[in-house]
Amino acid sequence: MTYTAWIILTGVLVGVTCGMTGALLILRRMAMIADAISHTVLLGIVGAFFVTQSLNGIPMLIGAAIVGMLTAFFVQLLDSSGVQSGAAIGVVFTSLFALGVVLLSFIGDSVHLDVQHALMGEIAFVPWDTLILGGKEAGPVAVWMLSGVFLLNLAIILIFYKEFKISTFDPQMAISIGVPVVFIHYLLMSMVSFSTVASFDSVGAILVVAMLIVPGATAYLLTDRFGLMIILSAVIGAVSALLGYGFAVVMDVSIAGSMATATGFLFGLAFFFSPSHGLIAKWVRRKNMQKNLNEEARVS
Amino acid sequence: MNALEIKNISVTYDKQPALEDVTFSVPEGSLTGIIGPNGAGKSTLIKSILRLIPKLSGDVKVYGKPYKEQRKMIGYVPQRSEVDWDFPTNALDVVLMGRYGHIGWLKRPGKKEKQFAMECLEKVGMQDYAKRQISQLSGGQQQRVFLARALAQDAQIYFMDEPFAGVDAATEKAIMNLLQEWKKQGKTVLVVHHDLQTVRDYFDHCLLLNKTPVKFGPTDKVFTYDNLQETYGGALSILTQESTLLQEG
Amino acid sequence: MNSLIEFLSNPNTQWVLTGSILLGFASGLIGSFVLLKKQSLIGDAMAHATLPGVCIAYIISGVKSTPLFLTGAALTGLLATYFIQAIVKHSRIKTDASIGVVLSVFFGIGIVLLTYITKNMGGNQSGLDDFIFGQAASMVRGDIQTIAVGSFLIILFTSLFFKEFKIAVFDPNYAKGLGIPVGLINSILMALVIGVVVVGIQMVGVVLIAALLITPPLAARYWTDRLGLMSFISGIIGALSGVVGTTVSTIGEGLPTGPLIVLVTSALFLLSLLFGKSKGLITRFFISKGVRHT
Repeated sequence: MTYTAWIILTGVLVGVTCGMTGALLILRRMAMIADAISHTVLLGIVGAFFVTQSLNGIPMLIGAAIVGMLTAFFVQLLDSSGVQSGAAIGVVFTSLFALGVVLLSFIGDSVHLDVQHALMGEIAFVPWDTLILGGKEAGPVAVWMLSGVFLLNLAIILIFYKEFKISTFDPQMAISIGVPVVFIHYLLMSMVSFSTVASFDSVGAILVVAMLIVPGATAYLLTDRFGLMIILSAVIGAVSALLGYGFAVVMDVSIAGSMATATGFLFGLAFFFSPSHGLIAKWVRRKNMQKNLNEEARVS
Repeated sequence: MNALEIKNISVTYDKQPALEDVTFSVPEGSLTGIIGPNGAGKSTLIKSILRLIPKLSGDVKVYGKPYKEQRKMIGYVPQRSEVDWDFPTNALDVVLMGRYGHIGWLKRPGKKEKQFAMECLEKVGMQDYAKRQISQLSGGQQQRVFLARALAQDAQIYFMDEPFAGVDAATEKAIMNLLQEWKKQGKTVLVVHHDLQTVRDYFDHCLLLNKTPVKFGPTDKVFTYDNLQETYGGALSILTQESTLLQEG
Repeated sequence: MNSLIEFLSNPNTQWVLTGSILLGFASGLIGSFVLLKKQSLIGDAMAHATLPGVCIAYIISGVKSTPLFLTGAALTGLLATYFIQAIVKHSRIKTDASIGVVLSVFFGIGIVLLTYITKNMGGNQSGLDDFIFGQAASMVRGDIQTIAVGSFLIILFTSLFFKEFKIAVFDPNYAKGLGIPVGLINSILMALVIGVVVVGIQMVGVVLIAALLITPPLAARYWTDRLGLMSFISGIIGALSGVVGTTVSTIGEGLPTGPLIVLVTSALFLLSLLFGKSKGLITRFFISKGVRHT
């Protein structure tokens, strides 16, 4: 595969993996918890580095999962002690993220990891960091990690589809019939953490947040079916990656930033032009209703 | 046979006691209205029985066995306002959720399940709305979808939280019919209820509750002026209307 | 120790410290109202959204001018809050998702513009990067004076309108009945919040400035139930965080200022959470023990 193809594949994988997870987050009103986790995961990565002294994929995933869970747990803890949820999220994520950034600045320039990188990633370097299997190059590490997390997320959603659906729509009923809603909650949190850390290296925290939240919100404006919303969200994530890459190449600007911008562009399209929930469709419906009312008034 | 035995349930919110030492037993096949003023802990009682909120203490037995072992016998109809009706799904799908407890892990609802769900929708007169997105249904129609879901669940004991609140006449009738049908089948139903005027028509048993049970028993014995006054305390504005009604009945 | 004294007697650092104290106090003060209005995360989105404003100001003017940057920042920050509200109002998207969408897209645009400037407008862009995490060390005297004067004005205005803010936030309908122009009061409040964010981003950075609005009032809440005292304590916590964080950042070279300030705030929050006089966890534990014994 060519250099460009690897980059595009990476972007599309980020879009699909984060997109399908994000649809669930939107429905569960946890967009900002996802935002928090994708920031605090930095602490997990730095922590894993301090323990293992290397930027190895597996310890990074574990560190990220731990800190991701901790974030969700702390937010829940503050929430249940009476702190309003927005403020709880704000305190937890800024604290853990700040800690991550400060620790990161102690590591120094010796390793390929800095604050800039953590925020924006460097997708352009992805194709050069390849996995060596049996002495042969077997594609970029990032693509392998992302593919793994993608398959994991897909499997989790397929296995727990019913449980996700009911615990999202009606958690009380879910508990009453014995669905382990707390387990489902932390399962989703770990999906978010894994998606974040796998995407982190290539696209950075900011694009992860965008890919987790915006495609899901866009899909929410386009469909009234749960399953379709997850699929659409993944597709929109992928399309954003493609559009963003194209724009970045033409304008010679940040690839991750462009992809985030592209998610916003697609969201804007859906916001105005969605046939079911778009601003214009709603406006036309209201006009028609008014017209009908007027005609009825004239007839009677 | 007692379908449900509640012993010494106490619940506190932060420092405020919400329920104190609630004990009562519900006979099989009874229709019980849970009556009491605002803040009496009516919904809290249901939720603590169903383990949706933590109890300070207390024990629940279903047909003589611990709640956990009998979970499949329990059906729950929450208040309509407690779910997000913008959720991307249709009426039939919501009814199908009633089958989730029976289907088990990993499996999807199949054709048989879908047909059964459709029958449940028919029973509440909602078959024409099966494919309708749930936010496009009226309040009464949403309530009927919840009823159909409860039907689909095929439980032995049902808990309903204010099913009559803000519904139209058709829905009220659908609920009534359903309650009667369940009673005929020997099922046990507990309903949180607000409207004192209809208590005598709907329920054969009453739990008068104000943080702690004031009275429990057959409606004609328990639903008296004196007991209501004890339950509602100073809230006489409702009771003055009610007293005329009671004397008539 | 000597280096600390030397450091403190340097007139430049005295300016920096004054600036950080005033900024911390202002953000803690105004943050109390943001918290009570339940708009903590909107503050966060607003902060992230200032980045494209700074970049656009630079692209249009071509010069590194603090007043221009701050104007741009304020404009896109305001635009972001408008978008958040418009999305919630005109679609089925809920508030948290709306905040998330606006925050990430605005920041993404900011990053795009930042790289555009780096690639197309030459090397003198240095300084813009510092807006992301804040760098007290790289600020010049003029920047600090902007922060100090801006913060002072915000403190002054908040004190002047304190009573109006209080009633408009607590019970807007009642306030309307009293003849208080609630809409206007809310706009002033919003302007002051934008003000804190904008003057603070150079020192704390766009990613973390929201912490200065969110955490101090939350910590203060554990010490008192009275709004007046709460805002004051919140201001003190903010000022303390500002001065300690800035000092550590300036002494330890290269340590980013924003994250350090935030860490101090977080530590103070943790202390309040555990030991706070009115609601702290440990305090509550002892009170409940005492109740049980009597």
